[in-house]
Amino acid sequence: MENGQHQQSFIQKYIFSTDHKVIGMQYAINGLLMAIAGGFLAYVFRYNLAFPGKDIPLFGQLSPMQYNTFITNHGMIMVFWVGMPLLLSSLGNFLIPTMVGTDDMAFPTLNMLSFWIFFVSSIVLLLAFFVPGGAYGGGWTMYPPLSANAYMNPNPDFFQALFSGASLMLLAVALEFVAMLMGGINFVVTTINKRAKGMTAFRIPLIVWFIDIASVIFMFAVGPLVAGAFMLLLDITVGTGFFDAARGGDPILWQHLFWFFGHPEVYVLLLPSLGVLGEILPVFSRKPLFAYKSIIYMALFSAVLSVVVWAHHQFVSGIDPRMATFFSIGTIIISIPFAGIFLAFMATLWGGSIKFTTPMLFALGFIGLFLVGGLTGLFLGSNAFDIYAHDSYFVVAHFHYTLFPDIFFGFFAAFYYWFPKFVGKDLDKTLGKIHFWLTTIFFNLTFFLLFFNGLAGEHRRINNYSFFGNVNKEPYTTFEKICTVGAILLILSQFVFVINLIKTLRSGKKAAKNPWNATTLEWVTDSPPKHGNFDTFPVVYRGPYEYSVPGCNEDYLPQNQEN
Amino acid sequence: MSNSSTTVDIRQTPQGRLGMWILIAGELIIFGGLIACYLLNRIRYPEWGMEAVHTSTFFGALNTAVLLLSSFTIVLAHTAANNMKPRKAQMYMMLTIIGGLLFLVNKSIEYSREISEGLTFSSPKLVASGKEVGSLFWSFYYIMTGLHALHVVVGMTVIFIIMLQIRKGNNLHRVELAGMYWHMVDLIWIFLFPLLYIAK
Repeated sequence: MENGQHQQSFIQKYIFSTDHKVIGMQYAINGLLMAIAGGFLAYVFRYNLAFPGKDIPLFGQLSPMQYNTFITNHGMIMVFWVGMPLLLSSLGNFLIPTMVGTDDMAFPTLNMLSFWIFFVSSIVLLLAFFVPGGAYGGGWTMYPPLSANAYMNPNPDFFQALFSGASLMLLAVALEFVAMLMGGINFVVTTINKRAKGMTAFRIPLIVWFIDIASVIFMFAVGPLVAGAFMLLLDITVGTGFFDAARGGDPILWQHLFWFFGHPEVYVLLLPSLGVLGEILPVFSRKPLFAYKSIIYMALFSAVLSVVVWAHHQFVSGIDPRMATFFSIGTIIISIPFAGIFLAFMATLWGGSIKFTTPMLFALGFIGLFLVGGLTGLFLGSNAFDIYAHDSYFVVAHFHYTLFPDIFFGFFAAFYYWFPKFVGKDLDKTLGKIHFWLTTIFFNLTFFLLFFNGLAGEHRRINNYSFFGNVNKEPYTTFEKICTVGAILLILSQFVFVINLIKTLRSGKKAAKNPWNATTLEWVTDSPPKHGNFDTFPVVYRGPYEYSVPGCNEDYLPQNQEN
Repeated sequence: MSNSSTTVDIRQTPQGRLGMWILIAGELIIFGGLIACYLLNRIRYPEWGMEAVHTSTFFGALNTAVLLLSSFTIVLAHTAANNMKPRKAQMYMMLTIIGGLLFLVNKSIEYSREISEGLTFSSPKLVASGKEVGSLFWSFYYIMTGLHALHVVVGMTVIFIIMLQIRKGNNLHRVELAGMYWHMVDLIWIFLFPLLYIAK
């Protein structure tokens, strides 16, 4: 390719850029915009649940069909179009090349293609709202036979079936998978091949390890679902019968294909966030990460286990009880490596000189809130309890207590931590802390009471509880209202974040090279790093967490510092 | 692009080869999922053997031979590229593409025969005779061979593009990458052939 300097046009530099930092930014912006869409859907159906039948401000009346559509798309958007781009793609793109000390990804063009396919997939998903019959509303898991027969017209021709909400959602998901696979190839190859001199396997920062492990889990788990999505698409459009019991197919097969991917996906989302914690906790407690190697081994162990626990989502779908026991045990075993990782994080904090900066607050908030989600997961992992709690608000509260801290606290921690490096300006500290406290308080207000509603038997896919006597009474109706108020306040408190962002971009102070006194390689270069990242490629002499080393002048030793 | 983008590689495996291996692993898992679904159904319904009788072992075997031959020519192209002979490599790549074309022609003859016999996704003939379960065999047959044929088309396109790229003797290492992909396409067929054509 071209060597030497040349002027890049605006389009080359910011739109169809092959620079990993621009692509990381594009993923982050796309993810945050989709989060607005997902949040708005949540606001509309939460309002409807608290005040059924009332006009919803900024929306109007919500029909039961629309309610289904909205919860389905809220789940889809938040997992695949917010969690994946923010945690895996955005962080991976920003951090992997800078942290392993290289100029760009292994395949920059593939990387650009990955983002644009992702962008198209977001458009396809949102377009589904505007086709006849609207977007798909049968739950984000798309179980057949509902999804295989989700037409408005009883006898659709090929094109009507292809442009139905269900097919468009499948297409969008398939495109998104392609984009993420391309990104994953880049992450793994860049880490294996393009590390700086001296960056041995156990000198790689934890987050790079974790994003790579997540990419590999994703690649191994998603294949069968790609095949499954193709089969379901043919069931919808040309009338094959893979998942149609009347034609010899098996709807349970879809559930297996879906959850064989869907459960590892939980760890694909969790690992990058844990990696963020692994970077932030040592920096703000000025201590080395406790048991760095063991954390990596535990993550690898959980990666292996993650592909043999999927059927715990299917305890009520008619699965052999002997299999159910197997999957119960597997599910409970997989909490051991994660408990180990969290204990290692606690041990990192132990006796450190802790600084409560904004990223540290989000990291600590993650630990506290995720604990609630993780522990309720142990209940649900047990077959006997799951049959009682299945599809109730207990499950909804459980997975919001895992995924919300994971996606948003993890991302915000990373955002506040690396923003000075990659944008080159210091965020406002006070607004950051206000943002943290409001988010934490209103998050708990939104989801904590739902555990009780779930235990009382509130089913998760009903738009109006007036007809269900067992839950349409005090205190559960009040709980619903409190939850809705909490959700609205939670969404409103994100404006603090937006204000902080706008204020910083307009009049923020220029950030220093290494504002947090951290050791990893991205802090060696300028803020923001220029195209190509480093003036001379750094050489690595030590591991990533050398804080408070006895006998040193400073309390940290950068990875590239020769004694 | 910065000057040193190609000088930082310090590991042994060339970048492109490593990326291709990961891509192939991903593809094999997609086909693996499909084959696993088929096998589970096949074991559950031994009567699918009655459907499999209608697939043409002759055409299947012919296509296997064609693909194996084209794998051989792409290896020759790789050797030629290693010896810095772009002309020769291009000729063998052309032969490989012709092999792919032959495969597709055979496949379409096969498909048209089966469709004209009424052996389709929905198979009205089979539904009428009350053997609805049989139609799912054809669903699997078409999706597995169809997805594979799609990969043949992609492989041919990739080989064609790289054939143009190496015209001036540049990028000769890419012949190997195209070859790896083509071998994968071949290998998947080696699995599909016994599953769909031989096991009756």
